[in-house]
Amino acid sequence: MKRRYFDHVATNPILPEVLDAMMPYFREEYGNPLSVYDLGMNAREAIENSRQQVAALINAEPSEIIFTSSGAEANNFALRGIALARQHEGKHAIVSRMEHHSILNSARVLEKMDFAVTYLTPDKYGTIDPETVRRAITDETTIISITHASSEVGTIEPIKEIAEIAHEKGIVFHSDAVATVGNIPVDIKYLGVDLLSMAAHQFYGPKGAAALYLKKGQRITPLIYGGIQEGGRRAGTENVPAIVGMGKAAVITGEQIVNRMNHVSVLRNKLIKGLKKVPNIHYTGDLEKRLPGHASMCVEYIEGEGMLLLLASKGICAASGSACTSKALKASPVLLSMGIPSSLAHGSIVFSLGIDNTEDDIDYLLEEFPQIIEKLRAMSPFAAKGWADMEEGGSCTAKN
Amino acid sequence: MYSKKLMDHFQNPRNVGEIPDADGVGVEGNPVCGDVMKLFIKVDSGKIVDAKFQTFGCGAAIAVSSMITEMAKGKTLEEARAITKQSVADALDGLPAQKMHCSNLGADALHKAIDDYNAKKTGS
Repeated sequence: MKRRYFDHVATNPILPEVLDAMMPYFREEYGNPLSVYDLGMNAREAIENSRQQVAALINAEPSEIIFTSSGAEANNFALRGIALARQHEGKHAIVSRMEHHSILNSARVLEKMDFAVTYLTPDKYGTIDPETVRRAITDETTIISITHASSEVGTIEPIKEIAEIAHEKGIVFHSDAVATVGNIPVDIKYLGVDLLSMAAHQFYGPKGAAALYLKKGQRITPLIYGGIQEGGRRAGTENVPAIVGMGKAAVITGEQIVNRMNHVSVLRNKLIKGLKKVPNIHYTGDLEKRLPGHASMCVEYIEGEGMLLLLASKGICAASGSACTSKALKASPVLLSMGIPSSLAHGSIVFSLGIDNTEDDIDYLLEEFPQIIEKLRAMSPFAAKGWADMEEGGSCTAKN
Repeated sequence: MYSKKLMDHFQNPRNVGEIPDADGVGVEGNPVCGDVMKLFIKVDSGKIVDAKFQTFGCGAAIAVSSMITEMAKGKTLEEARAITKQSVADALDGLPAQKMHCSNLGADALHKAIDDYNAKKTGS
Protein backbone atom coordinates (compact mmCIF):
# COMPACT_ATOMS: atom_id res chain seq x y z
CA MET A 1 0.00 0.00 0.00
CA LYS A 2 1.27 3.44 -0.94
CA ARG A 3 1.93 5.75 2.00
CA ARG A 4 0.24 9.15 1.90
CA TYR A 5 1.99 11.52 4.28
CA PHE A 6 -0.10 14.42 5.63
CA ASP A 7 1.84 15.10 8.83
CA HIS A 8 4.44 17.63 7.68
CA VAL A 9 4.13 19.58 10.96
CA ALA A 10 5.53 16.49 12.71
CA THR A 11 8.54 16.27 10.42
CA ASN A 12 9.55 16.12 6.76
CA PRO A 13 11.60 13.82 4.59
CA ILE A 14 15.12 15.08 3.86
CA LEU A 15 15.77 16.33 0.30
CA PRO A 16 18.25 14.16 -1.66
CA GLU A 17 20.46 17.21 -2.42
CA VAL A 18 20.59 17.94 1.32
CA LEU A 19 21.68 14.41 2.14
CA ASP A 20 24.32 14.55 -0.62
CA ALA A 21 25.73 17.76 0.86
CA MET A 22 25.94 16.13 4.29
CA MET A 23 27.57 12.83 3.33
CA PRO A 24 31.21 14.00 3.04
CA TYR A 25 31.03 15.33 6.61
CA PHE A 26 30.22 11.87 7.95
CA ARG A 27 33.12 10.27 6.06
CA GLU A 28 36.10 12.20 4.70
CA GLU A 29 35.57 15.53 6.48
CA TYR A 30 35.09 14.23 10.00
CA GLY A 31 37.21 16.88 11.70
CA ASN A 32 36.40 18.74 14.88
CA PRO A 33 35.86 22.41 13.96
CA LEU A 34 38.09 23.48 16.86
CA SER A 35 41.16 21.59 15.52
CA VAL A 36 43.89 23.62 13.83
CA TYR A 37 44.86 21.16 11.09
CA ASP A 38 43.13 20.96 7.70
CA LEU A 39 40.33 18.58 8.77
CA GLY A 40 39.35 20.98 11.53
CA MET A 41 39.57 24.02 9.29
CA ASN A 42 37.40 22.34 6.65
CA ALA A 43 34.74 21.54 9.24
CA ARG A 44 34.93 25.10 10.61
CA GLU A 45 34.53 26.50 7.11
CA ALA A 46 31.53 24.23 6.46
CA ILE A 47 29.77 25.42 9.61
CA GLU A 48 30.42 29.08 8.88
CA ASN A 49 29.17 28.62 5.33
CA SER A 50 26.00 27.06 6.68
CA ARG A 51 25.64 29.90 9.20
CA GLN A 52 25.59 32.39 6.31
CA GLN A 53 23.01 30.31 4.43
CA VAL A 54 20.70 29.99 7.45
CA ALA A 55 21.09 33.70 8.28
CA ALA A 56 20.20 34.64 4.68
CA LEU A 57 16.93 32.66 4.86
CA ILE A 58 15.61 34.93 7.65
CA ASN A 59 17.50 38.13 6.66
CA ALA A 60 19.85 38.00 9.67
CA GLU A 61 23.62 38.42 10.06
CA PRO A 62 25.64 35.17 10.29
CA SER A 63 26.93 36.21 13.73
CA GLU A 64 23.32 36.28 14.95
CA ILE A 65 22.78 32.55 14.33
CA ILE A 66 23.44 30.05 17.16
CA PHE A 67 23.14 26.42 16.11
CA THR A 68 21.28 24.11 18.50
CA SER A 69 20.24 20.46 18.41
CA SER A 70 16.49 21.05 18.09
CA GLY A 71 13.71 23.60 18.04
CA ALA A 72 12.96 22.58 21.62
CA GLU A 73 16.52 23.43 22.67
CA ALA A 74 16.31 26.80 20.90
CA ASN A 75 13.04 27.54 22.75
CA ASN A 76 14.42 26.46 26.14
CA PHE A 77 17.55 28.50 25.51
CA ALA A 78 15.65 31.64 24.46
CA LEU A 79 13.14 31.81 27.30
CA ARG A 80 15.37 30.73 30.14
CA GLY A 81 18.50 32.39 28.74
CA ILE A 82 16.92 35.85 28.52
CA ALA A 83 14.98 35.54 31.80
CA LEU A 84 18.18 34.64 33.65
CA ALA A 85 20.38 37.19 31.87
CA ARG A 86 17.94 39.96 32.82
CA GLN A 87 16.79 38.75 36.24
CA HIS A 88 18.26 41.76 38.04
CA GLU A 89 15.85 43.93 35.98
CA GLY A 90 12.74 41.91 36.78
CA LYS A 91 11.37 38.42 37.13
CA HIS A 92 8.23 38.30 34.97
CA ALA A 93 7.76 36.50 31.64
CA ILE A 94 4.78 36.50 29.27
CA VAL A 95 3.95 33.52 27.04
CA SER A 96 0.73 32.31 25.43
CA ARG A 97 -1.37 29.18 25.71
CA MET A 98 -0.71 28.59 22.00
CA GLU A 99 2.93 27.73 22.68
CA HIS A 100 4.71 24.43 22.12
CA HIS A 101 5.52 22.33 25.20
CA SER A 102 9.16 23.43 24.96
CA ILE A 103 8.06 26.99 25.80
CA LEU A 104 5.28 26.08 28.26
CA ASN A 105 7.44 23.66 30.24
CA SER A 106 10.36 26.10 30.25
CA ALA A 107 7.95 28.71 31.63
CA ARG A 108 6.97 26.29 34.41
CA VAL A 109 10.64 25.81 35.25
CA LEU A 110 10.99 29.60 35.52
CA GLU A 111 8.05 29.62 37.96
CA LYS A 112 9.91 27.10 40.10
CA MET A 113 12.86 29.51 40.05
CA ASP A 114 10.59 32.23 41.55
CA PHE A 115 9.78 33.98 38.30
CA ALA A 116 6.18 35.03 37.64
CA VAL A 117 4.72 33.92 34.30
CA THR A 118 1.56 35.15 32.57
CA TYR A 119 -0.08 32.69 30.15
CA LEU A 120 -2.15 34.61 27.58
CA THR A 121 -5.41 33.11 26.31
CA PRO A 122 -6.09 33.33 22.55
CA ASP A 123 -9.41 34.19 20.92
CA LYS A 124 -11.53 31.44 19.37
CA TYR A 125 -9.40 31.52 16.20
CA GLY A 126 -6.23 30.93 18.19
CA THR A 127 -5.01 34.52 17.73
CA ILE A 128 -3.23 36.38 20.52
CA ASP A 129 -4.55 39.94 20.55
CA PRO A 130 -1.54 42.32 20.87
CA GLU A 131 -3.57 44.38 23.34
CA THR A 132 -3.80 41.42 25.74
CA VAL A 133 0.00 41.35 25.62
CA ARG A 134 0.14 45.07 26.45
CA ARG A 135 -2.20 44.59 29.41
CA ALA A 136 -0.12 41.73 30.81
CA ILE A 137 3.10 43.76 30.93
CA THR A 138 4.33 44.77 34.39
CA ASP A 139 7.40 46.70 35.59
CA GLU A 140 8.99 43.30 36.17
CA THR A 141 8.50 41.94 32.62
CA THR A 142 11.77 41.19 30.81
CA ILE A 143 10.79 38.63 28.14
CA ILE A 144 7.73 37.95 25.98
CA SER A 145 7.56 34.78 23.88
CA ILE A 146 4.73 34.27 21.40
CA THR A 147 4.79 31.61 18.70
CA HIS A 148 4.82 32.71 15.06
CA ALA A 149 2.27 30.02 14.23
CA SER A 150 0.73 27.08 16.00
CA SER A 151 1.37 23.75 14.32
CA GLU A 152 -1.88 22.46 15.82
CA VAL A 153 -4.34 24.99 14.39
CA GLY A 154 -2.16 26.80 11.83
CA THR A 155 -3.01 30.35 12.97
CA ILE A 156 -0.28 32.90 12.23
CA GLU A 157 0.13 35.28 15.17
CA PRO A 158 0.54 39.09 14.82
CA ILE A 159 4.10 38.99 16.17
CA LYS A 160 5.24 42.17 14.39
CA GLU A 161 2.66 44.17 16.39
CA ILE A 162 3.51 42.28 19.59
CA ALA A 163 7.24 42.92 19.10
CA GLU A 164 6.52 46.67 18.77
CA ILE A 165 4.58 46.65 22.05
CA ALA A 166 7.42 44.77 23.77
CA HIS A 167 10.01 47.25 22.51
CA GLU A 168 7.99 50.29 23.66
CA LYS A 169 8.58 48.96 27.18
CA GLY A 170 12.15 47.79 26.67
CA ILE A 171 11.16 44.12 26.82
CA VAL A 172 12.93 41.41 24.82
CA PHE A 173 10.69 39.56 22.32
CA HIS A 174 11.17 35.93 21.23
CA SER A 175 9.12 33.98 18.73
CA ASP A 176 9.03 30.23 18.17
CA ALA A 177 9.05 30.11 14.37
CA VAL A 178 9.63 26.36 14.05
CA ALA A 179 6.26 25.98 12.30
CA THR A 180 6.76 28.93 9.94
CA VAL A 181 10.40 29.00 8.75
CA GLY A 182 10.28 27.07 5.48
CA ASN A 183 6.50 27.35 5.15
CA ILE A 184 6.10 31.12 4.79
CA PRO A 185 8.69 33.88 4.32
CA VAL A 186 10.20 34.90 7.67
CA ASP A 187 12.19 38.15 7.82
CA ILE A 188 13.51 39.04 11.27
CA LYS A 189 14.04 42.70 10.34
CA TYR A 190 10.46 43.09 9.11
CA LEU A 191 9.07 41.23 12.14
CA GLY A 192 11.31 43.09 14.58
CA VAL A 193 11.96 40.07 16.80
CA ASP A 194 14.97 39.88 19.14
CA LEU A 195 15.13 36.08 19.17
CA LEU A 196 13.60 33.45 16.90
CA SER A 197 13.70 29.63 16.92
CA MET A 198 13.79 27.46 13.81
CA ALA A 199 14.38 23.77 13.03
CA ALA A 200 15.88 22.25 9.86
CA HIS A 201 13.59 19.21 9.67
CA GLN A 202 10.63 21.53 9.17
CA PHE A 203 12.08 22.59 5.81
CA TYR A 204 13.34 19.27 4.43
CA GLY A 205 16.64 19.38 6.26
CA PRO A 206 17.89 16.83 8.80
CA LYS A 207 16.70 16.27 12.35
CA GLY A 208 19.27 17.29 14.97
CA ALA A 209 19.98 20.71 13.46
CA ALA A 210 18.18 23.85 14.53
CA ALA A 211 19.04 27.45 15.31
CA LEU A 212 18.29 30.37 17.56
CA TYR A 213 18.48 33.81 16.00
CA LEU A 214 19.82 36.20 18.65
CA LYS A 215 19.93 39.89 17.75
CA LYS A 216 23.40 41.41 17.86
CA GLY A 217 24.21 42.87 21.28
CA GLN A 218 21.54 40.88 23.12
CA ARG A 219 22.91 39.16 26.23
CA ILE A 220 21.88 35.57 26.95
CA THR A 221 22.74 33.06 29.67
CA PRO A 222 23.85 29.70 28.18
CA LEU A 223 21.85 26.53 28.64
CA ILE A 224 24.87 24.28 27.98
CA TYR A 225 28.24 25.18 29.49
CA GLY A 226 31.58 23.92 28.24
CA GLY A 227 33.84 24.97 25.41
CA ILE A 228 33.88 28.04 23.21
CA GLN A 229 31.63 26.68 20.45
CA GLU A 230 29.01 29.11 19.11
CA GLY A 231 30.83 32.03 20.69
CA GLY A 232 30.72 30.39 24.12
CA ARG A 233 26.93 30.55 24.14
CA ARG A 234 26.28 26.91 23.26
CA ALA A 235 29.00 24.42 24.15
CA GLY A 236 29.45 20.98 22.63
CA THR A 237 31.21 19.66 19.54
CA GLU A 238 29.12 20.76 16.58
CA ASN A 239 26.93 18.30 14.64
CA VAL A 240 28.77 19.22 11.45
CA PRO A 241 26.88 17.04 8.91
CA ALA A 242 23.47 18.14 10.25
CA ILE A 243 24.51 21.81 10.30
CA VAL A 244 25.74 21.50 6.70
CA GLY A 245 22.39 19.92 5.80
CA MET A 246 20.52 22.74 7.47
CA GLY A 247 22.44 25.29 5.40
CA LYS A 248 21.75 23.46 2.15
CA ALA A 249 18.06 23.09 3.05
CA ALA A 250 17.92 26.83 3.84
CA VAL A 251 19.30 27.72 0.41
CA ILE A 252 16.79 25.48 -1.40
CA THR A 253 13.94 26.80 0.75
CA GLY A 254 14.86 30.38 -0.07
CA GLU A 255 14.70 29.56 -3.80
CA GLN A 256 11.50 27.52 -3.68
CA ILE A 257 9.35 28.96 -0.92
CA VAL A 258 6.83 30.71 -3.18
CA ASN A 259 6.36 27.56 -5.26
CA ARG A 260 5.98 25.49 -2.11
CA MET A 261 3.34 27.81 -0.72
CA ASN A 262 1.38 27.78 -3.97
CA HIS A 263 1.63 24.00 -4.26
CA VAL A 264 0.34 23.24 -0.77
CA SER A 265 -2.35 25.97 -0.77
CA VAL A 266 -3.93 24.55 -3.92
CA LEU A 267 -3.99 21.07 -2.38
CA ARG A 268 -5.27 22.33 0.98
CA ASN A 269 -8.13 24.21 -0.70
CA LYS A 270 -9.00 21.12 -2.72
CA LEU A 271 -9.10 19.09 0.49
CA ILE A 272 -11.35 21.54 2.34
CA LYS A 273 -13.65 21.90 -0.66
CA GLY A 274 -13.89 18.13 -0.98
CA LEU A 275 -14.81 17.71 2.69
CA LYS A 276 -17.75 20.13 2.41
CA LYS A 277 -20.09 17.21 1.75
CA VAL A 278 -19.36 15.78 5.22
CA PRO A 279 -21.61 17.40 7.86
CA ASN A 280 -20.47 18.62 11.29
CA ILE A 281 -16.81 19.26 10.58
CA HIS A 282 -15.61 22.34 12.48
CA TYR A 283 -12.42 23.95 11.19
CA THR A 284 -10.03 25.21 13.85
CA GLY A 285 -7.76 28.23 13.71
CA ASP A 286 -7.92 31.34 11.54
CA LEU A 287 -9.07 30.40 8.03
CA GLU A 288 -7.20 33.32 6.39
CA LYS A 289 -4.10 34.06 8.46
CA ARG A 290 -2.82 30.49 8.55
CA LEU A 291 -0.05 28.19 7.39
CA PRO A 292 -0.60 27.50 3.69
CA GLY A 293 -0.61 23.69 3.75
CA HIS A 294 -2.43 23.27 7.03
CA ALA A 295 -5.99 21.93 7.46
CA SER A 296 -7.10 21.41 11.06
CA MET A 297 -10.56 20.45 12.18
CA CYS A 298 -12.73 18.79 14.80
CA VAL A 299 -14.99 16.07 13.46
CA GLU A 300 -18.00 16.05 15.73
CA TYR A 301 -19.28 12.93 17.57
CA ILE A 302 -16.19 10.79 16.98
CA GLU A 303 -12.71 10.56 18.45
CA GLY A 304 -9.30 11.33 16.93
CA GLU A 305 -7.37 8.19 17.78
CA GLY A 306 -9.97 6.01 16.08
CA MET A 307 -9.68 8.19 12.97
CA LEU A 308 -5.86 8.05 13.02
CA LEU A 309 -5.83 4.24 13.34
CA LEU A 310 -8.30 3.74 10.50
CA LEU A 311 -6.47 6.30 8.34
CA ALA A 312 -3.18 4.49 9.09
CA SER A 313 -4.75 1.22 7.98
CA LYS A 314 -5.24 2.92 4.59
CA GLY A 315 -1.66 4.20 4.49
CA ILE A 316 -2.63 7.74 5.52
CA CYS A 317 -0.49 9.58 8.12
CA ALA A 318 -2.11 12.46 10.03
CA ALA A 319 -2.18 13.96 13.54
CA SER A 320 -4.72 14.66 16.28
CA GLY A 321 -4.93 16.71 19.47
CA SER A 322 -7.37 14.23 21.00
CA ALA A 323 -6.86 13.21 24.63
CA CYS A 324 -6.74 9.55 23.66
CA THR A 325 -3.78 10.05 21.35
CA SER A 326 -1.72 11.76 24.05
CA LYS A 327 0.20 9.85 26.68
CA ALA A 328 -1.21 12.20 29.32
CA LEU A 329 -4.76 11.44 28.10
CA LYS A 330 -5.56 15.14 28.12
CA ALA A 331 -7.16 16.98 25.24
CA SER A 332 -4.91 19.50 23.52
CA PRO A 333 -4.43 22.55 25.78
CA VAL A 334 -4.26 24.69 22.63
CA LEU A 335 -7.75 23.64 21.51
CA LEU A 336 -9.19 24.01 25.01
CA SER A 337 -7.62 27.48 25.41
CA MET A 338 -9.48 28.54 22.23
CA GLY A 339 -12.74 27.67 23.97
CA ILE A 340 -13.40 24.45 22.04
CA PRO A 341 -15.41 22.06 24.29
CA SER A 342 -13.41 18.99 25.24
CA SER A 343 -16.03 16.66 23.78
CA LEU A 344 -15.48 18.32 20.38
CA ALA A 345 -11.69 18.52 20.88
CA HIS A 346 -11.64 14.71 21.05
CA GLY A 347 -12.52 14.75 17.34
CA SER A 348 -9.44 16.80 16.45
CA ILE A 349 -7.58 15.93 13.27
CA VAL A 350 -4.78 17.78 11.47
CA PHE A 351 -3.64 17.27 7.88
CA SER A 352 -0.45 19.18 7.06
CA LEU A 353 0.67 19.08 3.46
CA GLY A 354 4.12 19.21 1.91
CA ILE A 355 5.95 19.41 -1.40
CA ASP A 356 5.74 15.64 -1.89
CA ASN A 357 1.91 15.60 -1.82
CA THR A 358 0.00 15.35 -5.11
CA GLU A 359 -3.54 15.87 -6.37
CA ASP A 360 -3.83 12.10 -6.35
CA ASP A 361 -3.03 12.04 -2.62
CA ILE A 362 -5.88 14.46 -1.95
CA ASP A 363 -8.28 12.47 -4.16
CA TYR A 364 -7.34 9.35 -2.22
CA LEU A 365 -7.84 11.10 1.13
CA LEU A 366 -11.20 12.47 -0.01
CA GLU A 367 -12.22 8.94 -0.99
CA GLU A 368 -11.18 7.27 2.28
CA PHE A 369 -11.65 9.87 5.01
CA PRO A 370 -15.44 10.39 4.65
CA GLN A 371 -15.92 6.60 4.80
CA ILE A 372 -13.88 6.44 8.00
CA ILE A 373 -15.93 9.25 9.54
CA GLU A 374 -19.11 7.44 8.52
CA LYS A 375 -17.90 4.15 9.98
CA LEU A 376 -17.04 5.73 13.34
CA ARG A 377 -20.19 7.82 13.46
CA ALA A 378 -22.27 4.69 12.84
CA MET A 379 -20.85 3.42 16.14
CA SER A 380 -21.24 6.70 18.07
CA PRO A 381 -24.15 7.14 20.48
CA PHE A 382 -24.15 10.87 19.66
CA ALA A 383 -24.10 10.98 15.87
CA ALA A 384 -27.86 10.57 15.42
CA LYS A 385 -29.17 12.77 18.24
CA GLY A 386 -26.32 15.11 19.16
CA TRP A 387 -24.56 15.48 22.46
CA ALA A 388 -27.87 16.09 24.33
CA ASP A 389 -27.04 16.54 28.01
CA MET A 390 -23.81 14.54 27.82
CA GLU A 391 -21.71 17.49 26.77
CA GLU A 392 -19.57 19.01 29.48
CA GLY A 393 -20.54 18.55 33.12
CA GLY A 394 -19.91 15.31 34.91
CA SER A 395 -16.69 14.17 36.42
CA CYS A 396 -13.83 12.34 34.77
CA THR A 397 -12.48 10.99 38.03
CA ALA A 398 -15.63 8.94 38.59
CA LYS A 399 -14.43 6.56 35.93
CA ASN A 400 -11.18 5.64 37.57
CA MET B 1 0.64 -0.30 21.06
CA TYR B 2 -2.44 -2.49 20.55
CA SER B 3 -2.63 -6.29 20.22
CA LYS B 4 -3.67 -7.93 16.95
CA LYS B 5 -6.88 -9.13 18.56
CA LEU B 6 -7.74 -5.64 19.79
CA MET B 7 -7.07 -4.16 16.33
CA ASP B 8 -9.34 -6.81 14.80
CA HIS B 9 -12.20 -5.90 17.15
CA PHE B 10 -11.59 -2.19 16.50
CA GLN B 11 -11.50 -2.50 12.73
CA ASN B 12 -14.27 -5.11 12.50
CA PRO B 13 -16.42 -4.41 15.53
CA ARG B 14 -19.10 -6.98 16.34
CA ASN B 15 -22.65 -6.09 17.40
CA VAL B 16 -22.64 -2.38 16.57
CA GLY B 17 -25.96 -0.59 16.90
CA GLU B 18 -29.07 -0.16 18.98
CA ILE B 19 -31.67 -2.65 20.18
CA PRO B 20 -34.86 -0.54 19.97
CA ASP B 21 -36.83 -2.81 22.33
CA ALA B 22 -33.90 -3.59 24.64
CA ASP B 23 -34.65 -5.15 28.02
CA GLY B 24 -31.76 -3.31 29.63
CA VAL B 25 -29.57 -0.31 28.69
CA GLY B 26 -26.34 0.76 30.42
CA VAL B 27 -24.42 3.98 29.74
CA GLU B 28 -20.94 4.49 31.09
CA GLY B 29 -18.42 7.29 30.63
CA ASN B 30 -18.46 10.93 29.78
CA PRO B 31 -17.57 12.71 26.52
CA VAL B 32 -15.53 15.31 28.41
CA CYS B 33 -13.05 12.61 29.40
CA GLY B 34 -13.16 10.92 26.05
CA ASP B 35 -15.10 7.70 26.04
CA VAL B 36 -18.82 6.94 26.31
CA MET B 37 -20.32 3.49 25.87
CA LYS B 38 -24.00 2.64 25.56
CA LEU B 39 -24.80 -1.06 25.84
CA PHE B 40 -28.14 -2.70 25.01
CA ILE B 41 -29.16 -6.21 26.13
CA LYS B 42 -32.03 -8.50 25.28
CA VAL B 43 -32.85 -11.05 28.02
CA ASP B 44 -34.83 -14.29 27.74
CA SER B 45 -35.30 -16.80 30.57
CA GLY B 46 -32.48 -15.24 32.59
CA LYS B 47 -30.03 -15.36 29.67
CA ILE B 48 -28.59 -12.55 27.57
CA VAL B 49 -29.74 -13.51 24.08
CA ASP B 50 -28.52 -10.37 22.28
CA ALA B 51 -26.21 -7.46 23.00
CA LYS B 52 -25.34 -4.38 20.94
CA PHE B 53 -23.33 -1.23 21.56
CA GLN B 54 -22.73 2.36 20.55
CA THR B 55 -19.42 3.90 21.58
CA PHE B 56 -17.76 7.30 21.33
CA GLY B 57 -14.10 6.79 22.00
CA CYS B 58 -10.66 5.64 21.00
CA GLY B 59 -9.65 2.36 19.35
CA ALA B 60 -9.40 0.58 22.70
CA ALA B 61 -12.85 1.77 23.80
CA ILE B 62 -14.43 0.46 20.60
CA ALA B 63 -12.61 -2.89 20.81
CA VAL B 64 -13.63 -3.31 24.46
CA SER B 65 -17.25 -2.61 23.48
CA SER B 66 -17.15 -5.17 20.71
CA MET B 67 -15.54 -7.79 22.95
CA ILE B 68 -17.93 -7.34 25.87
CA THR B 69 -20.98 -7.85 23.65
CA GLU B 70 -19.44 -11.10 22.39
CA MET B 71 -18.64 -12.22 25.93
CA ALA B 72 -22.09 -11.34 27.29
CA LYS B 73 -24.14 -13.10 24.64
CA GLY B 74 -25.36 -16.52 25.74
CA LYS B 75 -24.43 -15.96 29.39
CA THR B 76 -26.86 -15.99 32.29
CA LEU B 77 -27.22 -12.67 34.09
CA GLU B 78 -25.22 -14.11 36.97
CA GLU B 79 -22.39 -15.23 34.69
CA ALA B 80 -22.42 -11.85 32.93
CA ARG B 81 -22.09 -10.07 36.28
CA ALA B 82 -18.86 -11.98 36.85
CA ILE B 83 -17.23 -10.34 33.79
CA THR B 84 -14.67 -7.79 34.98
CA LYS B 85 -12.53 -5.09 33.40
CA GLN B 86 -9.61 -7.45 33.70
CA SER B 87 -11.36 -10.35 31.98
CA VAL B 88 -12.30 -8.08 29.04
CA ALA B 89 -8.72 -6.81 28.81
CA ASP B 90 -7.41 -10.39 28.95
CA ALA B 91 -9.81 -11.47 26.19
CA LEU B 92 -8.29 -8.72 24.00
CA ASP B 93 -4.76 -9.97 24.77
CA GLY B 94 -4.19 -6.98 27.04
CA LEU B 95 -4.74 -3.21 27.03
CA PRO B 96 -2.01 -0.53 27.26
CA ALA B 97 -1.68 0.57 30.92
CA GLN B 98 -2.93 4.11 30.30
CA LYS B 99 -6.07 2.76 28.58
CA MET B 100 -6.89 0.24 31.33
CA HIS B 101 -9.18 2.64 33.19
CA CYS B 102 -10.42 5.31 30.82
CA SER B 103 -11.28 3.12 27.84
CA ASN B 104 -12.28 -0.05 29.65
CA LEU B 105 -15.95 0.79 30.16
CA GLY B 106 -17.48 -2.47 28.94
CA ALA B 107 -17.88 -4.33 32.23
CA ASP B 108 -19.37 -1.30 34.00
CA ALA B 109 -21.79 -0.63 31.13
CA LEU B 110 -22.84 -4.28 31.11
CA HIS B 111 -23.44 -4.31 34.87
CA LYS B 112 -25.51 -1.12 34.53
CA ALA B 113 -27.57 -2.70 31.73
CA ILE B 114 -28.27 -5.71 33.98
CA ASP B 115 -29.26 -3.34 36.82
CA ASP B 116 -31.57 -1.55 34.39
CA TYR B 117 -33.14 -4.86 33.36
CA ASN B 118 -33.68 -5.87 37.00
CA ALA B 119 -35.14 -2.46 37.88
CA LYS B 120 -37.57 -2.65 34.96
CA LYS B 121 -38.59 -6.17 35.91
CA THR B 122 -39.28 -5.41 39.56
CA GLY B 123 -40.92 -2.11 38.57
CA SER B 124 -43.48 -3.66 36.22
